[in-house]
Amino acid sequence: MLRFILRRLLQMVGVVFVLSLLVFLWLRSLPGGTVSAILGEKATPARRAALEKALGLDQPLYVQYWEFLKRAVKGQFGSSTGVLPGVDAMQLFLQRFPATVELSAFAIIVAIALGIPLGYMAARRRASWFDNTSVVGSLIGVAVPVFFLAFMLKYFFAIKLHWLPVSGRQDPSLDATRVTGFFVLDGLLTREWDSAWDAVKHLILPALALATIPFAVIFRITRASVLEVLDEDYVRTAESKGLTSRVIRGRHVLRNALLPVVTTIGLQTGGLLVGAVLTERVFSWGGLGEAVAIGFERRDYAVLQVCILMAAITFVVINLLVDIAYAVIDPRVRTR
Amino acid sequence: MKLTRKTTAVVSVATLALTLSACAQSDRGTSADKSSAGGSDTKDTITFGAAGAPELFDPFYATDGETFRVTRQMMEGLVGIKPGTAEIQPELATSWEASADGKEWTFKLRDGVKFWDGTPFNAEAVCYNMERMFDQNEVAQGGPAGYWADVMGAFKSDAKDALYQGCSAKDDMTAVIKISRPTSKFPTALSLDSFSMQSPKALKAGDANNVTKQGEGFGYPAYSKNPVATGPYKLEKYDEANKTVTLVRNEDYWGEKAKTKKLVFKIIPDESTRRQELEAGSIDGYDLPNPADWKGLKDSGNNVLVRPAFNILYMGLNPAKNPKLKDLKVRQALYYALNRDQLVKTQLPEGATVATQFMPDTVSGYNKSLKPYAYDPEKAKALLKEAGAEGMTLQFAYPSEVSRPYMPNPQKIYEALRSDLEKVGIKVTPVTKPWNGGYLDTVDNGGFDAWLLGWTGDYDSADNFIGTFFANLKENDFHTSATSYGAQLSKDLEAADAIVDEGQRNAAYEKVNQQIMEEDLPGLAISHSPPALVVSKKVQGLVPSPLTAETFSSVTVSK
Repeated sequence: MLRFILRRLLQMVGVVFVLSLLVFLWLRSLPGGTVSAILGEKATPARRAALEKALGLDQPLYVQYWEFLKRAVKGQFGSSTGVLPGVDAMQLFLQRFPATVELSAFAIIVAIALGIPLGYMAARRRASWFDNTSVVGSLIGVAVPVFFLAFMLKYFFAIKLHWLPVSGRQDPSLDATRVTGFFVLDGLLTREWDSAWDAVKHLILPALALATIPFAVIFRITRASVLEVLDEDYVRTAESKGLTSRVIRGRHVLRNALLPVVTTIGLQTGGLLVGAVLTERVFSWGGLGEAVAIGFERRDYAVLQVCILMAAITFVVINLLVDIAYAVIDPRVRTR
Repeated sequence: MKLTRKTTAVVSVATLALTLSACAQSDRGTSADKSSAGGSDTKDTITFGAAGAPELFDPFYATDGETFRVTRQMMEGLVGIKPGTAEIQPELATSWEASADGKEWTFKLRDGVKFWDGTPFNAEAVCYNMERMFDQNEVAQGGPAGYWADVMGAFKSDAKDALYQGCSAKDDMTAVIKISRPTSKFPTALSLDSFSMQSPKALKAGDANNVTKQGEGFGYPAYSKNPVATGPYKLEKYDEANKTVTLVRNEDYWGEKAKTKKLVFKIIPDESTRRQELEAGSIDGYDLPNPADWKGLKDSGNNVLVRPAFNILYMGLNPAKNPKLKDLKVRQALYYALNRDQLVKTQLPEGATVATQFMPDTVSGYNKSLKPYAYDPEKAKALLKEAGAEGMTLQFAYPSEVSRPYMPNPQKIYEALRSDLEKVGIKVTPVTKPWNGGYLDTVDNGGFDAWLLGWTGDYDSADNFIGTFFANLKENDFHTSATSYGAQLSKDLEAADAIVDEGQRNAAYEKVNQQIMEEDLPGLAISHSPPALVVSKKVQGLVPSPLTAETFSSVTVSK
């Protein structure tokens, strides 16, 4: 097991290196650039040249990449130019990482907490009205664009009902203390209960918007997988042995049916990073998704480089965790 | 065995949580100030929705409006702006006068002003600021110190090319600034936010000039997060994680103190989210509402504050790329072909006007007697025929993925203009590129025959408009170096800029404006569009500024 993890970690280093080169070249091949983003209408050839020189963008690409590598191994990724100009890109990443994790964690918990039980129930009551409605519902969940859903959620729960805030992570007038950057956790740790509760209220709508797609996918996979398992011989055997339905459900059906679901959750968690770009933007959520969106508009090389590389590492790590989870659930994987 | 493992896990998580919470202390002040405003009928906080994060809090290194919006509440310059206009008025200097040759400016300074750290504001502080701005390292010169580069031309390392020639303290309360030549920029340009006066002591202590290159970006010194100036608000906190900037009233302000205790800028990049925040009542106002929303916002009881337009939308023409455009008749034909009254009515916000020249009427030197080129497709056709350019092709470009104050909806504006051109028989080849995805670059490289672009002025100066467009013969987007009139126009603009007497200078600029529109026509000035702010009906005292230089110290929000 340890060797397996080590090998995977080594592979990761190679992946990150190749990816860094690809990202570096891709960003610089995009039309437009940092200089246009900063100067806008004020750009003249002379001003462009001066700024390019000041930023080192006038150097040949291989020189720029070599400089980038030399800095990167020392952990220096350079300053942001568009998202938060002057702020170190890695610091910016670390500052915004908790925001995205907090949101994604809430979203994935919502998706799992609803998706698995509903999927299981739908499978047990195959072809009932409950099954049919939830299948159609999950289809809608996949099909509705996030920005539209976000707009409707905000319109009803924030503007009409005033139950929840429109956007942001916390009411600034609370003047909450920051410890970890996870606002809910910070509120609990410092016993500022009002801050924690306010952060939770801010989380609900974006988490719901972000959770729809993973929820729908988890629901459908769970349902399909449970249906398949219910038809298996060992379930019939278990039933005919006279085992209690609790044991059959827990040990035989769910445990076996959950294998593909766990894989899906892993993939969906990675996919949340993509969904977060849009969700964070419309909820003005100061996370990585928003940073990437703004960074792309303004061609903020440092921020994009760091965010993409770190996202890739996160993705690889999550997949590794999924494989480990597999090994725990299914003993056959361990011996492979 | 299994149970034990579980128990261990639970115990260790609990221990960890306890340890963490033991180190995490709430550093929040008591909530005493929250209840303090109980008796009054106005709120003690204004919350305004900003579209972007401020870059830093030392405006000298900033070039964007989001930064200036914040620093303007905290800082002042020698010269200020009269609310609601583009005109200058005394601020930290109470009066000024130029020597006869226009090269020496004497500023009488305001008595009794102190920076927040107690440092007195005097001639020595003024000169320290000027010298500090002048003496920039190579990195800062390349980018961050952009406004100095624009206005003063060069830095200490190339002192002889700079407009700024030195500052001296005549006495404690009189500062003298020398410049290399008379120019219309002076003293108006000193009203730019970048040239705000900051505490010499704090600048020194925070190593304020130490801008460094960090990878492909810039690194700013500690001072930029902790500015010290003279204004009615002070920086309390910039919560980057929660994207809010909080300013608090300066209780020792020299003038009329701010009416509301706290001013919070909440950064909300998405426009429709800003609108929803206003509708939910969680912000009191925001900048640049989409013109399409103005009516809806008004109907729901908000005040849309329309600023006087201080910008120009133009259609650039490049005679070096399409030789047909070298003929004045062709350029005039294009102009007569455009139905701009219709455009302004249907595609631009309320209050937009048809342009008669390359600057709005809020700028000194505007020529009131000029009439717009009227919509006359027959004349356009006749002119094209005379020039032998009937059925000419024209590659005409517009930017996507952008909205500018002078051009809220590029594509719709473009479609209207394009159909006008096609009506007189011009074959338009449409081109579009993302704003920062090749559009700006291609304009600078002269890659389009015709294109849409515009300009928002920085301060009240004709030079800031037509000087920017046409004075630099070698490098301008209109490629006037490829024309017969370009060199003369450049000379005329420089001559007008150097006239010391304001009346004579404005007269000279009016003449140049006429010449540009009637004889040269380097491009087609299209329209001026007023940008707006929107505030809830509870907000009182916010005066919209053509320079987007609103100050919040006079603003109150009723409960």
